[in-house]
Amino acid sequence: MTLAGFARRKDFIGGVLVLLLGLGAATQSAHYDIGSLRRMGPGFFPLALGVILAALGVMILLTGRRASEEASAPYRPEWRGWACICASLVAFIVLGRYGGLAPATFATVFIAALGDRQNSLRQALVLALSMCLVCVVVFWWLLQVQLPLFGWG
Amino acid sequence: MIGQSLADLLHGFGVALQPENLIWSFFGVLVGNLIGVLPGMGALSAISMLLPLTYTMHPVPAVLMLAGIFYGSQYGGAIGAILLNLPCHPPHAVTCLDGYPLTLKGKGGTALGIAMISSFVAASIGIIVMIIASPLLVRIAFKFGPAEIFSIMLLGLLAGSTMARGSPLKGVAMTVIGLLIGAAGTDVNSGALRFTFGITNLDDGVELVALALGLFGVAEFLRSVNRMAVVGGTAKMRLRDMRPSRAELRQSLMPMLRGAAVGTIFGAMPGTGPTITTFIAYALERRLAKDPERFGRGALEGVAAPEAASHSKTQVDFIPTMSLGIPGDPVMALILGALLIQGIQPGPELITDHADLFWGLIASFWIGNVLLMVLNVPLIGIWVKLLQVPYRYLFPSALFFIAIGVYSTNNDLFGIWEVLFFGLFGAVFSALDFPIAPILLGFVLGPLVEENFRRALLLSHGDIMVLVQRPISAVFIAASALLIVLQIFFRLRGLRKERREGFFGRKILVDPGLE
Repeated sequence: MTLAGFARRKDFIGGVLVLLLGLGAATQSAHYDIGSLRRMGPGFFPLALGVILAALGVMILLTGRRASEEASAPYRPEWRGWACICASLVAFIVLGRYGGLAPATFATVFIAALGDRQNSLRQALVLALSMCLVCVVVFWWLLQVQLPLFGWG
Repeated sequence: MIGQSLADLLHGFGVALQPENLIWSFFGVLVGNLIGVLPGMGALSAISMLLPLTYTMHPVPAVLMLAGIFYGSQYGGAIGAILLNLPCHPPHAVTCLDGYPLTLKGKGGTALGIAMISSFVAASIGIIVMIIASPLLVRIAFKFGPAEIFSIMLLGLLAGSTMARGSPLKGVAMTVIGLLIGAAGTDVNSGALRFTFGITNLDDGVELVALALGLFGVAEFLRSVNRMAVVGGTAKMRLRDMRPSRAELRQSLMPMLRGAAVGTIFGAMPGTGPTITTFIAYALERRLAKDPERFGRGALEGVAAPEAASHSKTQVDFIPTMSLGIPGDPVMALILGALLIQGIQPGPELITDHADLFWGLIASFWIGNVLLMVLNVPLIGIWVKLLQVPYRYLFPSALFFIAIGVYSTNNDLFGIWEVLFFGLFGAVFSALDFPIAPILLGFVLGPLVEENFRRALLLSHGDIMVLVQRPISAVFIAASALLIVLQIFFRLRGLRKERREGFFGRKILVDPGLE
């Protein structure tokens, strides 16, 4: 399905997602000890929630309106921004683990800044370097965050 | 009893004025104000970003600071709404309606001044209500057993998810998802692991900060990257402009008081979001006005009433949160979460066992509001500058703060995966017009709901009728049922008159996701 069709079938997709989440939670909970009303096991509450959620999903599906009356604006995907934001967080995890705080900070800000189409390479660079400075002064020096500034593996 | 309250309050001022507490309160107010002014940032992101900082603090300054951030950011949000027509914080969407036209007329300063005065007056009223009502509520709350607590939480969750804007069904679904997320981790009763999928980092459950920053930080960035309209405002603001004339003050006095009354009533009702409160206050003013057509073109009443409503609600919201342990809205849920992390269980015992915290908090509200008045007058120039920080610099820096904030919660990088996951989760569901905030409400209350449900049924030997046999519990269950029936009724009526005119005459574009 195209993303343009996505906007028009919000309630349908939402309902299906909720239904699946509910069913998933319920089947997963069924593996835990359910117990009885008198002595509930760890599975009872999540199982009940899963069933309720699945029922809600069905109700959302049934009552869902065609969004045409809302005259919803066509959904414009923003792949570059999305990818950069996700990559920026992943970069912090990876570089925080293997490279240290300073490279992680630089990469996080730099990659995220590139996600905005109006930022030039130079602006992103300046922003990332200034955040590194903030990071070193505030987080490393003042708050003494546990990550080493530079680390090799 | 009131005398006792006043004595306690005096003690509270003593606590709040201790240098350490005062400094943290001031810091919270300042930072909250600063973050609230920044486009696209609200109380939720401000509190969740600074939450890790409180882990090493004593509970009293920690809560004072978080509360300060909360109302500080509310003040800040009004500035963007009035000067630039930016409802970056949904409750201020209504303030835009008349605030921005006032700015266009060159009366932006007056509007800001009125907004500040109304906030201050309303907050004071809210604080007084709090002083009177809390001890009363505590007396009732001491009679609560697990069945009552479960029923009132059920009511709170239902109200929270159905009375926000958007589809009630979707709201309830999001609450249930929040409850499920809250169930993840080790089950306290049996020690069994639930929903951890073999990941040992999840044994202690999902991290509150990671969830909040994912849902309200990253999801928000994903939604607005490259979409945030460029603001080219060159509003200049001088101190002198902010002082309203006597006639303007008189004109906005009654709306201010009425707004505060609306806020107080809705604050006492669990689950009514701040946005709906401000909308009702605004609608009330328009109904009462002799010349309603002035509204939307720069009526001071349209600024005074909603601002007053949102601030008195903020204060009154603390009553159920602190005395019953039931947060009225997501921000309160976060503060409740912070208390739980500190090892403090909100509830009637809180007011007796941690009197210094409770009354210190109340006193600090007042001190904080005075600080805000004092701060905002000289700093307004700086806030106006801050408003013009482009989004393209803002969100990359915020992402870094989120990453390091979550890392320092446990000194563990795994939390950032959680942020990313919930960010994507929140972005997908808000793109599908689901409200996001109920997830947080469900998450915080989840373990408490389960615990009390299990305990209630254990005590009644598995008889579920206990929930309707005990009178107080029955009232809450009946109210919950009424809420559901009303929702169905409105739904059916809504279907009958399809396509009716919008409630407020014109459509206001705000995110359903943040309510």
